[in-house]
Amino acid sequence: MEQLLQQAINGISLGSIYALIALGYTMVYGIIKLINFAHSDVYMLGAYFGYVCMTSFKLDFLPSLLISMILCTLTGVIVEKVAYKPLRNATRIAVLITAIGVSLFIEYVTMAIAGANVRSYPPQKGLFAQSVNLGNINITMQQIIIVSITIILMVLLQFIVKKTRIGKAMRAVSIDSDAAELMGINVNTTISFTFALGSALAGAAGIMVGIYYNSINPLMGMLPGLKAFVAAVFGGIGIIPGAMIGGYFIGIVEVLVSGYSNSMYRDGVVFAILILVLILKPAGLLGKNTREKV
Amino acid sequence: MLEIKDINVHFGVIHALKGISFTVNEGEIVTLIGANGAGKTTTLRTISGLKKLTSGSIIFEGKDITNASAQDRVKLGISQAPEGRRVFSSMTVLENLELGAFLRKDKKGIADDLKMVYEHFPILADRRKQAAGTLSGGEQQMLAIGRALMSRPRLLLLDEPSMGLAPLLVQEIFNIIKDINKAGTTILLVEQNASMALQIANRAYVMETGSIVLSGTGQELMQSEDIKKAYLGG
Ligand SMILES: Nc1ncnc2c1ncn2[C@@H]1O[C@H](COP(=O)(O)OP(=O)(O)OP(=O)(O)O)[C@@H](O)[C@H]1O
Ligand SMILES: [Mg+2]
Repeated sequence: MEQLLQQAINGISLGSIYALIALGYTMVYGIIKLINFAHSDVYMLGAYFGYVCMTSFKLDFLPSLLISMILCTLTGVIVEKVAYKPLRNATRIAVLITAIGVSLFIEYVTMAIAGANVRSYPPQKGLFAQSVNLGNINITMQQIIIVSITIILMVLLQFIVKKTRIGKAMRAVSIDSDAAELMGINVNTTISFTFALGSALAGAAGIMVGIYYNSINPLMGMLPGLKAFVAAVFGGIGIIPGAMIGGYFIGIVEVLVSGYSNSMYRDGVVFAILILVLILKPAGLLGKNTREKV
Repeated sequence: MLEIKDINVHFGVIHALKGISFTVNEGEIVTLIGANGAGKTTTLRTISGLKKLTSGSIIFEGKDITNASAQDRVKLGISQAPEGRRVFSSMTVLENLELGAFLRKDKKGIADDLKMVYEHFPILADRRKQAAGTLSGGEQQMLAIGRALMSRPRLLLLDEPSMGLAPLLVQEIFNIIKDINKAGTTILLVEQNASMALQIANRAYVMETGSIVLSGTGQELMQSEDIKKAYLGG
């Protein structure tokens, strides 16, 4: 029982990271029907930006988090403007291939600048090095921080999407961009904003993984990116709460599989789940088979 | 109020609008009728700025808006209830109506217009918390028109508001269109239901494969033998 709880706590921490990345995939997919392969590299950049803030500039975690989120936002918006916007009327496969190109570009530029080697985040001090023990269950301060920041960001995101003007514009564009344009909504601005939001969340995920696992490298985005994508599909791609649920689900499954059987199976299980979902419920857990009235 | 001057529109090699010209005067109901594929929807999309034209110009209240953005056209007072309603299905009725007022800042005016829309379409007030996709076809059409009214347009473009509706409901929608017009909104109405459209229109244009082939007052066209044969089933 205690071991199960311990695993659940580890799973929720990891799931937070997946959920944050999955949100970016799902929002961008929702609005322009693009699987933005470069998204996982924005997450990787978030880890690097955080690393530079904390090592070169000796900043604390919170300011580093903010700076990393801001820089990732800029990266996401620039990627959209430079690489995807010119292809607005191109075929989807052309945009998809471009996304793969952007992904490789970011990975190898990072490698050229920062080197291919693994880098270690500075050791945590003070509060961050502490942990709470409840019986035999150990909760590290990093886990508490990851989960609380994730929850704060998700509440904020829900508020933006549900209550603000730009959030309503996002939903309108993702439902029907022509109709949104007839309302006077600027579709391009709305798409940029969506990339900005998703990238900010990925940046937060990046730096939090840095403090959690300590080591980062230019290709670190690939596998978590894929799993976060699985999480988004699991929850129903394009659906924001779906990405959150999917992220936590994948995180918990992964930790349980590593804990109770061979950890070599964990990735296999995640992708087996993807295949199952695609067979049993192609639109995902929260997805509806869209019906239209004529 | 609206002047369309010799506009040409292409979809790749398809020449969808072949140099059409027409005008809509302030206070009128003008209807554009024609068979499937004549180019009626394309005309409205071009006026709203969703489709770029190849040549020609669009003048609205003396201003050349040929290259204006879709947002600017809404700001200037052109609004559209598009073909097939296109309501935001997973959003509530109220959210749909609020989106119609997206560019407006005058809270008081928006509240007044919401009341006005509910007066035209009382059913929308009852359904305001409901997802738009769960409305019936007729209710969705009302929502599409109500949403278009929320920008307080000077010119309202309606694309086949009678599509798929039972005759009684069509009559009701057309009565409301007349009311909206009486309250001061100029209307450009695209219809396949020619007899209904001609009855309420001051003037009408007939389109055929990308060109305007006939025009006149609603009364004149209703009497025309060609129109009777082609569109009025007699
Ligand atoms: N997106 C598009 N791509 C290619 N061709 C198009 C497109 N939209 C319209 N067309 C073509 O332009 C022509 C005019 O179409 P349009 O939709 O304007 O007709 P319509 O008069 O509104 O017809 P309906 O009464 O059936 O709605 C048609 O030949 C149509 O096939
Ligand atoms: Mg049409």
